[in-house]
Amino acid sequence: MIDLVKAVVLVLVVAVLQVTVFSTVDILGGVPDVILVVLVCVALLRGPVTGALCGFSAGLVADVATLDTLGVTSLLLVLVAYWVGRYGETLVRERRPRPYLAVVAATVLYAIAALALRAVLGESPSARLVLVDSLFPGIALNLIVALPAFALCRRLLRPPLRDRGGEVELVG
Amino acid sequence: MALLVVASLVLITVYFRESEGGTLHDLQSTGTRILRPFEVAADQVARPFHDLAGWASGLAAAKSENRDLHRQIEELRSRLVHNQTAAQENTRLRALLSYVDGPSFPSGFRGVATTVIARAPSQFDQRITISAGSDQGLKLRDPVVTAEGLVGQVTKLATTAAQVTLVTDETFAVSVLDLATSATGVVRHGRSGSDTLVLDRVTKDQVVTPGDPLVTAGWRYGKLASSFPRGIPFGTVSSVGQIDTDLYKQIQVRALVDVSSLHSVIVLVKKRVIEPGAAAARGAGG
Repeated sequence: MIDLVKAVVLVLVVAVLQVTVFSTVDILGGVPDVILVVLVCVALLRGPVTGALCGFSAGLVADVATLDTLGVTSLLLVLVAYWVGRYGETLVRERRPRPYLAVVAATVLYAIAALALRAVLGESPSARLVLVDSLFPGIALNLIVALPAFALCRRLLRPPLRDRGGEVELVG
Repeated sequence: MALLVVASLVLITVYFRESEGGTLHDLQSTGTRILRPFEVAADQVARPFHDLAGWASGLAAAKSENRDLHRQIEELRSRLVHNQTAAQENTRLRALLSYVDGPSFPSGFRGVATTVIARAPSQFDQRITISAGSDQGLKLRDPVVTAEGLVGQVTKLATTAAQVTLVTDETFAVSVLDLATSATGVVRHGRSGSDTLVLDRVTKDQVVTPGDPLVTAGWRYGKLASSFPRGIPFGTVSSVGQIDTDLYKQIQVRALVDVSSLHSVIVLVKKRVIEPGAAAARGAGG
């Protein structure tokens, strides 16, 4: 329970930092999505349910802070975090989860899901902008952010005791 | 998981269906107010680092920028004399004609200076959140500017915050006027690149040349009028092309404002114009 609270507080802080600080960091047309990276880490360390709860909370904060349609970011982050959590559970049996691969997959999935959801809501973002112009720089920046984010998350959210015997090896 | 997905879908549906003053909108407005101190604190902490990065990148480009600015000063000096003469003539002719004008920029508006408190978390949305809302007199579709030129338009309002859609957003479009040749067109986001703006609907008979300054056109047609007053600086023409099979010219535009590094903006709120009849009636009543 304490871990869940710690995880939720962590993603809420990150959500505020994302909308105020990280979203202004525009490098080669890409912006680092620190919420997504931290969520991937939380979902890998704490499983799909905790990941989804954190995704919902972070999305809600982001939508409130930016006056965007409530629920859109929450829905996207819940889906991505749950999928990453399931991926982590599957690969933990093989003891070789690949967090950097998860970050790349989550970034691509998030972009495609965001494009689809916004099209359903009547907005029409350019597929080229979302999937070509900003996606590749975004992946690169997310991978750069992933290293310190994973270190921070592992420090704050230690793996559960039952898993420590065969602790997950983050091999990239 | 299913519960969270359903909760998100319910939020989206209710938010879409309710009016601007609905429960969820009110809750969002309250949430924005609660989050504001945290956003301001985060911005204050990050500001020195951001400024340092800006200073370092500015230093690298300083030499070439200095040369360009010197050239621009020479050009502007010669234009200043010409413009002052034209302005004096304009004032004199307006007085002769008893010309009645609509709200014009900047005299017909009061500026509400405010800070940027948040940005959309992803690059798909070119939107910012500012720390002024309906309590400060802002209205939907109010133009947002900086000292350099047009930034965007208010698209969502809360009591103490507002969402501004930037000129680089795909949904944004504004009518502009070429100051050098009087050609008109619509500036919108280009499909070819993430930060390209194009000047559309310029027919081939109109003349547009690279370097021409563009300002908002501020049109009015019957009861319909542009949200933007005439004369807000927008940008300059960066390239002009023409294909025989196309109806319109292909023109690329460089905006004057760098929307990626905005810290504070000014919202232009239309001043209330008191009709002469209403003023007389108020005078008789009071």
